[in-house]
Amino acid sequence: MMRVPGIEDKSPVLAEAVVPEFYQDLHTDLMFLNVGPSHPASHGTLRTFVALDGETIAAAVTEIGYLHRGFEKTCELRTYNQCIPYTDRLNYCSAILNNIGFAKAAERLMGVEITDRCKFVRVIVGEMMRVVDHLICIGTNLVDIGALSNFWFLYNKREQVYTILERLTGARLTNSFTRIGGLARDLYDGFEADTLAVLADIEKAAVNVQSLVAKNRIFVDRTQGICILTPERAISYGFTGPNLRATGVPLDLRKTQPYYHYDAFDFDIAVGSKGDTYDRIMVRFIEIEQSIRIIRQAIKMLPGGPINVDDKRVTLPGKADTYQNIEGLINHFKLIFEGVKAPVGEVYDATEAANGELGFYIVSDGSGYPYKVKCRPPCFYAFNAFHEMVEGHMIADLVATLGSINIIAGELER
Amino acid sequence: MGVSANAVLANVQRLYPNFFTLSPTQEAVLVVPLANLLETLTKLRQDPDLNFNFLMDLTIIDYLTHPVPRKTRFEVVYQLFALESAARLRVKAAVQQAESIQSVTGLWAAADWAEREAWEMYGLKFDGHTNLRRLLTHKDFVGYPLRKDYPAKKRQPLNDSDTLLEEMEQRLVFKGLKTVEVEG
Repeated sequence: MMRVPGIEDKSPVLAEAVVPEFYQDLHTDLMFLNVGPSHPASHGTLRTFVALDGETIAAAVTEIGYLHRGFEKTCELRTYNQCIPYTDRLNYCSAILNNIGFAKAAERLMGVEITDRCKFVRVIVGEMMRVVDHLICIGTNLVDIGALSNFWFLYNKREQVYTILERLTGARLTNSFTRIGGLARDLYDGFEADTLAVLADIEKAAVNVQSLVAKNRIFVDRTQGICILTPERAISYGFTGPNLRATGVPLDLRKTQPYYHYDAFDFDIAVGSKGDTYDRIMVRFIEIEQSIRIIRQAIKMLPGGPINVDDKRVTLPGKADTYQNIEGLINHFKLIFEGVKAPVGEVYDATEAANGELGFYIVSDGSGYPYKVKCRPPCFYAFNAFHEMVEGHMIADLVATLGSINIIAGELER
Repeated sequence: MGVSANAVLANVQRLYPNFFTLSPTQEAVLVVPLANLLETLTKLRQDPDLNFNFLMDLTIIDYLTHPVPRKTRFEVVYQLFALESAARLRVKAAVQQAESIQSVTGLWAAADWAEREAWEMYGLKFDGHTNLRRLLTHKDFVGYPLRKDYPAKKRQPLNDSDTLLEEMEQRLVFKGLKTVEVEG
């Protein structure tokens, strides 16, 4: 376990006693204010309606749904493989982690065991997405607090990762990289070298940014002791991922229920001590380092062999087979038109996505189309607690906190 | 990490031998009658030997067009997780359209939005939920979009935005910032 290094407690800037006496007789009414839905700091279209006492939030309620597009209803009308591009649009900062989450759940329902090489590639690319997601989260969060230069340090590295992903998957943002039973394509020649080079750059950028902010008085004052959520409340609200670990609870599915050989890698879980905005940001910094560690080990251990399972019910035949062989053509046709079939039954399967537990609950009626898909987005349960977190703090703290719990509207509202 | 997941699930099986099953995907499932649902969930949450402190997800299934015939149309599903043992358990109960489900907001805060979403999508009421309003869909939306008989292509143009004043009032009263005037 790796704890966020503590900083000596700051002295109070404004003590209670400093408030002049005449203010205490001044009776003021609560003022109502809409924060969002359309505001650059609201990270998408999220609306918080607050009752203000001065600049302090006395009560808050949230409204979501501006980006609801019926992901679950849409999936019921698509084959399993056709659902994958829709999962890209859940947490669009780390699209491949969603692809992996959905493919893993569907594969478990169908009883498909993917190849070892596929597992390692999913780990490598998935961890790259986690790094990118955290870079975006920290970068935009710091912009909200007023530290713009950090944004360029981090976003330039994100662009470099996207250039690799573009070569690998054909898309920068919505990659649709997984398929049921494997991946869209194998790694390209030189992928390992490209990745290792970018990782070194990211490490440097993360160290640079940390040295700019970690002990910066303005940053520390803006984030420490702000919008604390206790571990008990966090668990009750269903917090997972970095937001839960910031409160000091070491829950990480990669450790507690290791999948894809995560138990073979040497890495630490990052935990915070207070559960404030500072911890939520710093936990993500540590997770970037740990993900880089995992990727380096995985590249060293990467086995050879096929990327897709050798199963005609799941994997498309090779192009040569499809064009020159009638059985191959029929096989291809059936898989495209009827889809990969899952037996009657149901499954709930979860992976550790960038924001926490990303679960898919799939019910099958035996056809190639899922009968029901329910996505468990980590954001949804985090944003449920938002009003409780910001009450008693100031408007500026609301903005800083919204960034630190990393709410992604695409995933929140599906 | 004192107790193992298997020990906890064995405990659950011992407590509810008639309701416990293991799915083909090796997941522990508890199918209970609706009347026993709240009592069972309370036990699972509060018993220190079980301690399912996470409600990971909550949803409803509409079996209207499912090829395997069933007596009841709906089923409510809870995905539970216990932090200490890392045990996972799925709890399900069959529900008729006219029946309502007892809210578990008193056991897990996560149930607040989860039940609102389940209600707006499937139209099954949760008794005891204090703020059962539409969450992802518009406040004037008519119908329950995830029901199998709701057409996917149906459109409802809606423009009026929600003032949120009603919800704010409820929150202010809850926070003690506003007193409710009682008549008489």
